[in-house]
Amino acid sequence: MTAIALRNLSISYGETLVVENLDLDVAEGECFGLVGESGSGKSTVLRGITGLAPDWSGSIELFGTPRGKRIDRSFAALCQMVFQDPYGSLHPRQTVDATLSEPLAIHGIRGADRLVPEMMEACGLAQHFRFRLPHQLSGGQRQRVAIARALMLKPKILLLDEPTSALDVSVQAEILNLLKRLRREQNLTYILVTHDLAVVSFLCDRLGVMRQGRVVEVADVAALKSNTMQHPYSRELVEKSANRIPA
Amino acid sequence: MIAPLLDVKDLRVRFPTATGPAEVVRGISFTLGRERLGIVGESGSGKSMTGRSILRLIRPPGVVTAQRLHFEGSDLLAASEREMRRIRGARISMVMQDPKFSLNPVMTVGAQIGEALAVHERLPRRQIRQRVLDMLEAVQIRDPERVFGLYPHEVSGGMGQRVMIAMMLIPEPAILIADEPTSALDVSVQGEVLKLMNDLITRKGMGLIFISHDLHLVSAFCDRILVMFRGEVVEECKAGELDKATHPYTRGLIASVPRLDEDRAELPVLDRSQWEQA
Repeated sequence: MTAIALRNLSISYGETLVVENLDLDVAEGECFGLVGESGSGKSTVLRGITGLAPDWSGSIELFGTPRGKRIDRSFAALCQMVFQDPYGSLHPRQTVDATLSEPLAIHGIRGADRLVPEMMEACGLAQHFRFRLPHQLSGGQRQRVAIARALMLKPKILLLDEPTSALDVSVQAEILNLLKRLRREQNLTYILVTHDLAVVSFLCDRLGVMRQGRVVEVADVAALKSNTMQHPYSRELVEKSANRIPA
Repeated sequence: MIAPLLDVKDLRVRFPTATGPAEVVRGISFTLGRERLGIVGESGSGKSMTGRSILRLIRPPGVVTAQRLHFEGSDLLAASEREMRRIRGARISMVMQDPKFSLNPVMTVGAQIGEALAVHERLPRRQIRQRVLDMLEAVQIRDPERVFGLYPHEVSGGMGQRVMIAMMLIPEPAILIADEPTSALDVSVQGEVLKLMNDLITRKGMGLIFISHDLHLVSAFCDRILVMFRGEVVEECKAGELDKATHPYTRGLIASVPRLDEDRAELPVLDRSQWEQA
């Protein structure tokens, strides 16, 4: 089944058109990677889907249900987002417990006492972190809290905007393993935005290459691994990633 | 062998905390000649603190001690603030991680680079302008005249980092300390910025300390590598021989990086507990 269907999607910030006539289908349970240089509009696609960039036209459908322009609670329960910077995306004065309980309170779900520790467990956070504040956690632990918060409402879709680029390589490995395991356990659908092709290679099934607001190529990850991408720009990107180190 | 540019022995950096002093750099020693030295480690391993302490940029209540911290034979720890100001920028300079936060937002690019030169040399204004334009050209900025008059928010990340490099190299220092110079940049411009730094450094015969958490980058770019963990150097090796590294921490770091042709189902994760007591 198609989890996410974007048709003729254009998103603009004021006068500037950032994403232009985008068509994209992501199947249920799939992990789709969106790659491209900064300014190519890949994060804006995610912001458009969640409603953070309200100036869009075209259609956004999740599991066959079109998204309206307004804030929609049932939509939020289906689709959540994890941001790049774990230092900026958590409220500095709220404990982990408060952060994780809030989505439940908004949606009128009871049993936070049971659900919060369960989700912390699933995301690899020890119970003694429950009443800590973000500044008492490391970057990797904060990103785990951000992922746990996104999963509190048991969404089916997770939008990941550079979830590991602010982290060390060793911590990145932990978070990537966590994302991979959660996807398997909860049958989640991911869209992963990143500029690191190696991360796509590890986590994703398919990828789309974006340039100047358009998707220039959609390919299987196998094509990335064997370096048989078709579009010249995709090849250029792969080449640059492989040789970002000067000889 | 000629005397090294920089000679560090038993460097320690301490900060007082509520639970007693915390030592973030614990007695590291190294020398630097006209070569590229890489320092790698995770965040919190003390690699940036090492770079900053060489320039004496650690402010009280932080305390820096060393048995020896010599630059071209003179003792940096004994130097007065006034002498240090003459060394910083002119003799040893530092490129920071993020051009967005380290450039002055209310000065034009040209004025900032010019200032770096004017502070250390007495030159007529026209000559300063010319040197700045030459330097912008050297860092491969296409239209130096236009960029000269731009403010930092008007340039892209890659260009901002080139501006930083231009500013740091214009007084022709002997040592450049680069603290994660490419981490904030796109993969596609990282290569260009590194190549540029490499060219300028080899041409001028400078010493480089390259601080990064990216092992592969450092191993390909530098001559020699120090691996830091919890304030100590756990391994020192030639860059080409990183695959022969013996310390489990180094091996763990290498293994945890995903590859472009990744086929492992799960990435190996560092088990920190095994060294923490050691």
